[in-house]
Amino acid sequence: MSATLIVVVGCLTAVGVYLATSRVLSRIVLGFAVLGHAAVLALITAGGPAGNPPLADRATPTESANPLPQALSLTAIVISFGLTLFLLALSRRQNELSGDDMVEDDLEDRRIATGDDEGVTS
Amino acid sequence: MSAVVALAVILPLLASMVALGVRHLDTLRDVVTLGTLTAVSAMSVALLVHVEANGTVTVRLGGWDPELGIVLVADMFAALVLAVAMVTILLVEIFAIGQRGSDSGAEPNIVGPMLLVLTAGVALSILTGDLFTLFVAFELMLVASYVLLTHQGRAGQVRSGMTYVVINLFASTLFLFGVAFVYASTGTVNLALLAQRIPELGDGVRWGIGLWFLVVFGTKAAMFPLFSWLPDSYPTAPTTITAIFAGLLTKIGVYSMVRFHTLTGMDDLGPVILVIAGITMLVGVAGALAQDDMKRILSFHIVSQIGYMMMGLGLFSVAGVGGAVIFIVHQIPVKTVLFLAGAMVESDRGTSALGRVGGLLASRPWLALLFAFPALSLAGLPPFSGFVAKLALIDAGIASTSTVIVIVALVGSALTLLSMVKIWSGVFWGTPPDRPPVDTGVSRRGWTTMSSATTVMMVVTLGIALFAGPIWDMSERAAGELLDGEPYISSVIDDGGDG
Repeated sequence: MSATLIVVVGCLTAVGVYLATSRVLSRIVLGFAVLGHAAVLALITAGGPAGNPPLADRATPTESANPLPQALSLTAIVISFGLTLFLLALSRRQNELSGDDMVEDDLEDRRIATGDDEGVTS
Repeated sequence: MSAVVALAVILPLLASMVALGVRHLDTLRDVVTLGTLTAVSAMSVALLVHVEANGTVTVRLGGWDPELGIVLVADMFAALVLAVAMVTILLVEIFAIGQRGSDSGAEPNIVGPMLLVLTAGVALSILTGDLFTLFVAFELMLVASYVLLTHQGRAGQVRSGMTYVVINLFASTLFLFGVAFVYASTGTVNLALLAQRIPELGDGVRWGIGLWFLVVFGTKAAMFPLFSWLPDSYPTAPTTITAIFAGLLTKIGVYSMVRFHTLTGMDDLGPVILVIAGITMLVGVAGALAQDDMKRILSFHIVSQIGYMMMGLGLFSVAGVGGAVIFIVHQIPVKTVLFLAGAMVESDRGTSALGRVGGLLASRPWLALLFAFPALSLAGLPPFSGFVAKLALIDAGIASTSTVIVIVALVGSALTLLSMVKIWSGVFWGTPPDRPPVDTGVSRRGWTTMSSATTVMMVVTLGIALFAGPIWDMSERAAGELLDGEPYISSVIDDGGDG
């Protein structure tokens, strides 16, 4: 297992979490993109040392890389790609509705903060 | 029977593509959706009967070894939950057809196809035999739920949908990290092989994996303190959609938690799970008491009831886990029927805020009955299914001499009853407020469809109480298989199947 990769996973996670906790939607989207990379990289690292490409007719099991985590990573990359697009669509809709790019307050929080006792209707 | 196991996942997924293609042709889309859901429900009930008689069915997709390939496993636990879940989805779709075109209804050309995707995700997460496919199944289910929650694009939906998507995405990322940790420490993601290898790991690594997945599944299940996204987002969706979320999504989180933590022998996490379970019960019900909208009260109850299922798991005894299994089986239809009753109140009066409705007992006596039975069941009063499930849990708690959690569970039940009374007196008793009657656009025929679907759903919950004996036997057998681990391992590894 390579120490460099582990450090990279750590850095990507830190950057991702920092961005994802922001109130700006576009930063949240970027944060999850980075977090997704960190998780995929962790999965690859878990598969053991790097080796030759694990192609069926050319590679010997001892010299080639572990193909299973690569297959899993591919699936995870596709999923996180799709979800990034969905998040972008949501933030665009939010932008249309409110004119800005920020996460809005929770209804309950706002109600308590303003001392408004009226029932919440959605 | 192994074909049925695979079809339960593949059929709804294929049908969703067809339904999406023909989404503007109303009749054709409905035929595809209803036909598929009916077929899958029938198959899963047949599967339950088969598994009950002949034991676990396994399928190796593509014929790969469990070490490398995907295995689908229908054991007692999976078959039981699958049958209840599929029937529930079918009935909610029928209800949604009745509610169509009204103000509180959802857009039918999106809901049909997306419900099918959700069905595939739910079926796959119940049946899958490996951790990574469980991740994919969760994503499938959640992507469908993201779309269902936000498809009308209203301001409230986009706001709370954002919270919902972000929290679930974060949990999914943690899930993926968890898969990496598990793979690094054991070299496999197959649950049966993990059941063999995780108990051999050192205590530190084992605890790490156990707690990590407790957080992952706990976020999906909305356990304390990871629940705050739920009461915020669920009430903003159209109520039919909330009904399906309430009945299924969180339960699948608990289902995965029960499966993972029992099979991998995380018994020493029991006390941690019990403490979380107790707090979840009380916080959920306390939140419910503070609300004044029917949908929000019921949403907080989802959280509270998760505590009961986790209590059964935390006991780590056959009686306890059996109690959790029967509790899941009872909760799926009961929670759904309560929300469907909420949707009918909304269709009748245009709102579900307690201060603005009232006197429904006089104008809609049947609806009052449709709410009263499951509400009493939720509170755990005899002779309803909630009583059977809670009795099983309390009994298991006493047998394991965990007195504190038993007391907390009983207090939680009493408070649940209190908040059900609050809904009852706000919505059904009293006089209607002086507001002009609202035209919510529900046709007479639509109302009949909605009320029949809800009635059938209520009959299902009564059926669970009526057949409590056989269902308890199956739950106990499921719990025995899970805690022992041996039957699961041997059925996956030795029995090749013929996929």
